[in-house]
Amino acid sequence: MIQVNNITKVYGKEKTLAVNDVSFSVKEGELFGLIGPDGAGKTSIFRMLTTLLLPDGGSATVNGFDIVKDFKQIRNSVGYMPGKFSLYQDLSIEENLNFFATVFNTTVEENYHLIKDIYIQIEPFKKRRAGKLSGGMKQKLALCCALIHKPTVLFLDEPTTGVDPVSRKEFWEMLKRLKAQNITIVVSTPYMDEATLCDRIALIQEGKILSIDTPAAITASYPDELIALKSEKMSALLKALNEFPKIKSVYAFGEYAHAAFQESGVTEEEIKTYLTTQQIALLEFKKIEATIEDCFIGFLKN
Amino acid sequence: MQEIVIKTNKLTKRFGDFIAADQITFDVSKGEIFGFLGANGAGKTTAMRMLCGLSLPSSGEATIAGFDIYKQTEEIKKNIGYMSQKFSLYEDLTILENIRFFGGIYGLSNAQLKYKSEELLTELGLEKEAKKLVGSLPLGWKQKLSFSVAIIHEPKIVFLDEPTGGVDPLTRRQFWDLIYKASDKGITIFVTTHYMDEAEYCNRISIMVDGKIEALDSPANLKKIFQSESMDDVFYQLARGAKRSD
Repeated sequence: MIQVNNITKVYGKEKTLAVNDVSFSVKEGELFGLIGPDGAGKTSIFRMLTTLLLPDGGSATVNGFDIVKDFKQIRNSVGYMPGKFSLYQDLSIEENLNFFATVFNTTVEENYHLIKDIYIQIEPFKKRRAGKLSGGMKQKLALCCALIHKPTVLFLDEPTTGVDPVSRKEFWEMLKRLKAQNITIVVSTPYMDEATLCDRIALIQEGKILSIDTPAAITASYPDELIALKSEKMSALLKALNEFPKIKSVYAFGEYAHAAFQESGVTEEEIKTYLTTQQIALLEFKKIEATIEDCFIGFLKN
Repeated sequence: MQEIVIKTNKLTKRFGDFIAADQITFDVSKGEIFGFLGANGAGKTTAMRMLCGLSLPSSGEATIAGFDIYKQTEEIKKNIGYMSQKFSLYEDLTILENIRFFGGIYGLSNAQLKYKSEELLTELGLEKEAKKLVGSLPLGWKQKLSFSVAIIHEPKIVFLDEPTGGVDPLTRRQFWDLIYKASDKGITIFVTTHYMDEAEYCNRISIMVDGKIEALDSPANLKKIFQSESMDDVFYQLARGAKRSD
């Protein structure tokens, strides 16, 4: 459905490589996630694939259409929800939706089944101007407008950034329902915990892809055995573990510290004895599977 | 007995008929890392503006760093630091100029400024970048600098409004190392975040729903009370019934 080959984007006099030789493909009906922080190149990739920005190298096709030559066909067949709210603030919910339907030569009625679940949540406010809506409602309206022409591929650029955990959860449930309607979805997010909600993901940092696979395959490929440790005071625990001679890496993950030790072997007993000498009262010690965030940090360090 | 640096009693803010913050009551101790959570629109920003002396309450009482929230707002401002997600740094000034500017505003003497800027640059490892424009720095560095500048006058409390949005997980943890250091020095940290793992790094957290504080305890106790495996789930249980959104 989407094929990206060695695509590159350079900005400014300093020739900053925003997107550096990126390749990936997305299958039909897949929910594909670009996971990475600000400045990773996610928005540049989205803008190139939606034909709003020309690449400086490489090539890509969306739906079989070339992103440079066939930009008209691509614009007709994809939906794009930018990271920044870009609807008309002075038009009402209803007017915005009608506007986008008209621009794409269709009507709200024709594709209403696609947006129904989402639209009924904002319908009571349909006369309200978009500029006066809450963040969550703006997000739902933007999604409706991106869907109203029945796109085959939907590009969502950081739809959940700055959104509270409840609204984030609801948003991902909406995506699941859209996926069930066989719409291919490419979504970007800086939240690592959202990675597991995608079929496949690309971890991306500073314009480079660190890894592409299913979330399960990525976490399974984590090279070290991970131990989760818990004590009363996280900062003291981190400090002590960082000074442990056989430590490989240790990072805070919520109430636990995730630690990897050197392969030369270290016993549970040895770690516990060491922590006791450091006056750390250990509350928990357990082996765990790596999360996507563990993997991301692992890739950053290499 | 631990020293209390934030004390509120039924603190309320009304805008017309709308009760943005509804009788919020809590204490925060010296050096504590206090997480202030809530759904979008729950009233966090309103509450924080009152605590910073930027907005007068409609009713209720509070003392911040020992100063009254109605009568001593100027004293409060001198004794707190503030950092928001939208950075208060000047992009067109260099790193050093920003440090000197904010230090100056907070009333540091020239000698203190000189000492403090050197200390801060060394601590952040930014000595070589001192003369670069802040606008050219990566986001993670801006956040770290912004935090360091917010505590340059060694305030009793620092308020952080979603300080780590948009950065990679490694940078986010480096930022938390700075928070731990400040807390060890006795600075109280008052922080809002949408990252639930960060909520777990706090000593205690409060969760606001529709203007009220609906839960307040250590992350471990909250999980016990709500019989949840994760903070995410605690938050979801409390906030899913919220009627307000921003």
